[in-house]
Amino acid sequence: MKYRHTKQIALLVAVILAAVASRFSGSINPYYLQVILFIGINVTLATSLNLINGYTGQFSLGHAGFMAIGAYASAYLSTEKSAGIFQALGGANAFSIALIFALVLLGGGIAAALAGLIVGVPSLRLKGDYLAIVTLGFGEIIRVLIQNTDAVGGPRGYSGIAGYTTLFWTYAVAALTIYVVLSMVDSTYGRGFLTVRDDEVAAESVGINTTRYKVTAFVLGAFFAGVAGGLYAHTTTYINPSGFDFQLSIQIVIMVILGGMGSTAGVAFAAVLLTLLLEYLRFVAGYEWLPDLVRRIASNRMIIFSLVLIALMLLRPQGLFGALPRMAGGRKTPKSQPGPTIATP
Amino acid sequence: MLELTDVAVSYGSINALHDVSLKVETGSIVTLIGANGAGKSTTLRAISGLLRVNNGWIRYEDQDITNSAPHKIVARGISHVPEGRMIFANLTVHENLLMGAYLRKDRGKLGQDFDFVFNMFPRLKERAKQVAGTLSGGEQQMLAIGRALMSKPRCLMLDEPSLGIAPLLVKTIFQKITEINQSLGITILLVEQNANLALEVSHYGYVLETGHIILHDKSPALRANERVKDAYLGGG
Repeated sequence: MKYRHTKQIALLVAVILAAVASRFSGSINPYYLQVILFIGINVTLATSLNLINGYTGQFSLGHAGFMAIGAYASAYLSTEKSAGIFQALGGANAFSIALIFALVLLGGGIAAALAGLIVGVPSLRLKGDYLAIVTLGFGEIIRVLIQNTDAVGGPRGYSGIAGYTTLFWTYAVAALTIYVVLSMVDSTYGRGFLTVRDDEVAAESVGINTTRYKVTAFVLGAFFAGVAGGLYAHTTTYINPSGFDFQLSIQIVIMVILGGMGSTAGVAFAAVLLTLLLEYLRFVAGYEWLPDLVRRIASNRMIIFSLVLIALMLLRPQGLFGALPRMAGGRKTPKSQPGPTIATP
Repeated sequence: MLELTDVAVSYGSINALHDVSLKVETGSIVTLIGANGAGKSTTLRAISGLLRVNNGWIRYEDQDITNSAPHKIVARGISHVPEGRMIFANLTVHENLLMGAYLRKDRGKLGQDFDFVFNMFPRLKERAKQVAGTLSGGEQQMLAIGRALMSKPRCLMLDEPSLGIAPLLVKTIFQKITEINQSLGITILLVEQNANLALEVSHYGYVLETGHIILHDKSPALRANERVKDAYLGGG
């Protein structure tokens, strides 16, 4: 409890810093700026997935699907439905853009959260790899649905989205996600998430409604994934269904595993690291003095990801930060040992 | 206080309980003995709502609780200490106990109950800040019982408290079970493979065999029963 205010102050400081940094974003090379925005978006994606996969111990592979819903919903809202509000506020000025973008992001988040609820309620009765398969299938269904919806461009993608995303929005959302996840988990109510991960039967036997916790984690995680999707759509100004395939879900899962399931700081750090690594690989692939084989590997991200993951599992199975000392003496059963291996039910 | 009438439970197409009827009087210790797979744990799990009852009724304090959600049953005052010491391995001892009081509305009085549990199990106090997964088997069992007490139950169900615990600690734990019953007046339903010990501390006993109650009587009488002696007490 004594950390309550520290967390709120940290959130406020982060938001102010983001606003200040935003002022100077004009002087940053546009490419670097975009990478910095992607980092913030990935931090949001990874820390929100960590609530589901890390703290609550459910294995979801559907984060790209929720992100896609958020991206498309917010893009649709800002492109098709915001003209009236602009008119009412006297055209496009700083205030009206901020208001509309906030509403649009919220809309994307809510759409994703609703999808999370619809998928979560029936499928969270499943455990381990079964849940992973259902969420994986869900992500693909979303992608295929979008691909066949002409109103949002279908396979051609959705273009002409306004470039509203700024450093401020991206990092304010990332800070808010971290704040929400941390304050959820650090409360008596939030400890319920950890008990669901540790032992579902024991959790039920002390009177915890495990289904509600799982659905809460799922809906909340989906909400922030949706907001991140909105930020992404308004960064790139063009989105395409194939950009939200299951490789993206895996990429987010890898960030969570790399950082250490159930460690918000570790997962946020891993999101930064992996985003930078991915971007740097583009340059490596272009270095002509490197042997051809190295350049070819560098241009295939999945190989690098797999290698990073294998190395990590051998050297630090608990993730870069681990779930901190908590994991030190955990019971040696697959259930309570959060790791990439999916516990068989 | 707690009454089961013709309760039947099945796992898929396999019937685990056929027609179990039993009665637990307020303030007593009732034990359920039987071999592996007889359905002892299944009975407890059916009462606490972890398993679905196909047939029959479970009544508690004159109200039907058949197939209620587990958290609603805990809220009514039945606390279940599951088999195999299912503690929250990644939370500290203190946090485990706190989670036991999850449904309590009177959070102001928790200090008193912490004192009570720590008094009963001083080892838990020494290890309050320690991660529960690092405790020994016996300590984990103490923690599981302590956690169940934190919900202030009127009926405590214990599933195999002696399983995999050093003999010395088993004795301590059974002493505590008697103490919980006598000093707090909590009704106890005890499932135990160690029939000798169970019949020693309990008032009444039921013998379960392949999903049927085959015998029930006052505990001293059961201990004298030839059939029970042969089958469960190592030939007397």
